[in-house]
Amino acid sequence: MSGPHAHALYVHGHTPVHRLAPEAKLAAQLLFVLAVVATPREAFWAFGVYALLVAVVVGLARLPIAFVAKRLLFEVPFVLFAVLMPFVSRGERVDVLGVSLSVEGLWGAWNVLAKATLGLAASIVVAATTTMPELLRGLERLRMPRALTSTLSFMIRYADVVAEEMRRMKIARDSRAYDPRWLWQARAVAAAAGALFIRSYERGERVYLAMLSRGYAGSMPRLEEAATPAVVWAAALAVPAAAAAVAATAWVVGR
Amino acid sequence: MTVPALEVRGLAFTYPDGSPALRGVDLEIARGERVALLGPNGAGKTTLVMHLNGILRPQRGSVVVGGLPVVEANLREVRRRVGIVFQDPDDQLFMPTVREDVAFGPANLGLRGEELEARVRAALRAVGMEEHADRAPHHLSFGQRRRVAVATVLAMEPEILVLDEPSSNLDPAGRRELADILRSLDITILMVTHDLPYALELCPRSVVMNGGIVVADGPTREILSDEALMRANRLELPYGFFPAAVRELDTA
Repeated sequence: MSGPHAHALYVHGHTPVHRLAPEAKLAAQLLFVLAVVATPREAFWAFGVYALLVAVVVGLARLPIAFVAKRLLFEVPFVLFAVLMPFVSRGERVDVLGVSLSVEGLWGAWNVLAKATLGLAASIVVAATTTMPELLRGLERLRMPRALTSTLSFMIRYADVVAEEMRRMKIARDSRAYDPRWLWQARAVAAAAGALFIRSYERGERVYLAMLSRGYAGSMPRLEEAATPAVVWAAALAVPAAAAAVAATAWVVGR
Repeated sequence: MTVPALEVRGLAFTYPDGSPALRGVDLEIARGERVALLGPNGAGKTTLVMHLNGILRPQRGSVVVGGLPVVEANLREVRRRVGIVFQDPDDQLFMPTVREDVAFGPANLGLRGEELEARVRAALRAVGMEEHADRAPHHLSFGQRRRVAVATVLAMEPEILVLDEPSSNLDPAGRRELADILRSLDITILMVTHDLPYALELCPRSVVMNGGIVVADGPTREILSDEALMRANRLELPYGFFPAAVRELDTA
């Protein structure tokens, strides 16, 4: 949360990983996740290698382990159901400490848990080493439609402005001793949400006028920039390439 | 006589709901002049500003910018010549970084590469924000955002700078810094403001609007000293402020 580009997931730094072109990082992340997902769940060793790969990148980026671990907790609500799988699945069962568990369920839970954790870890590394404007630029260079990147960009730009407005409205409400205890007392909250919507809508119109005033004619200007050198791509894609090799080996040998 | 920077003739405009905003405005501003546009809320000041770069079109009368009439065919050039700095910098700064935001205008004009970079750098230098080029607008202070908003317009190398309430919400130091910047620019300025000492400080000439017409036009000091005129147009000086007693500043 330091530095001028801070978003909540960003860790300021000047490492090779921070410097990599954003589009290369995004592409590498996607390919890495694909390789992980495509790996057979029985190949325990493969997941060990993936974890090692992620750990190496985390080390290169000098990300604090505690930071990454804390961010990984994000997946907990999503993988809770995986924990249930061994109990509720059918088929062959084994006894573990006196509890009867489904073998198929155990495999399923392991599969979800391992792949989700690795995928999330890769995302955390990319998010922690790439600023928001860089991410947008990366998506743009990966040929994401301009309409989508512009929308994302406006959303990010104004999220803070709208949140601040919402906070001020809440303070004003609370200052007049508003303290709802029951659902039917929440009318003021709903009214505030409506007011916030109208205000944001009006701001949208004002922003549009400001854009027109600076010569906006229907499309965001595209600023051509130097293409990312092949070396950068190669460096970034080394990680998913290694992962792909592991996945392929796991299919051939691992089972 | 040289072509005036801005020429408004008999401009009238009524909003779709039937409320008349402008009822025959005449205004001429020479190149290099700094003019304050004063008047109570609802006088039509903002409506007039919206006509200067063709956001609103005259229903009657005309607007001419540096000899170029504000009509559909000239809109692009008119919007380059007339740079409007809006009151809320959050409305004006909509790109992820300061640099991209300042580049938005000149890029729309077709500039690219090194030329564009140079424009952006020069505009940010003019407002003293060069070292903040890579920051996100929402991480700047309000005063800094106002200055960047000025830079976004300067990057288009306009002939007239129109500012809507430039000193609003600024702390005293921010207000002073902006005044120094505006004084340092070699450009025609039209400044809409309620901040009368600011008008006196920056603009030798003032125009007073009320009820959709220009009701007074003259040296700022004289206008602010005319008690009857001031009262009739809901203009009030801050307590203890006497324009006649203010020492002439060296604004050359």
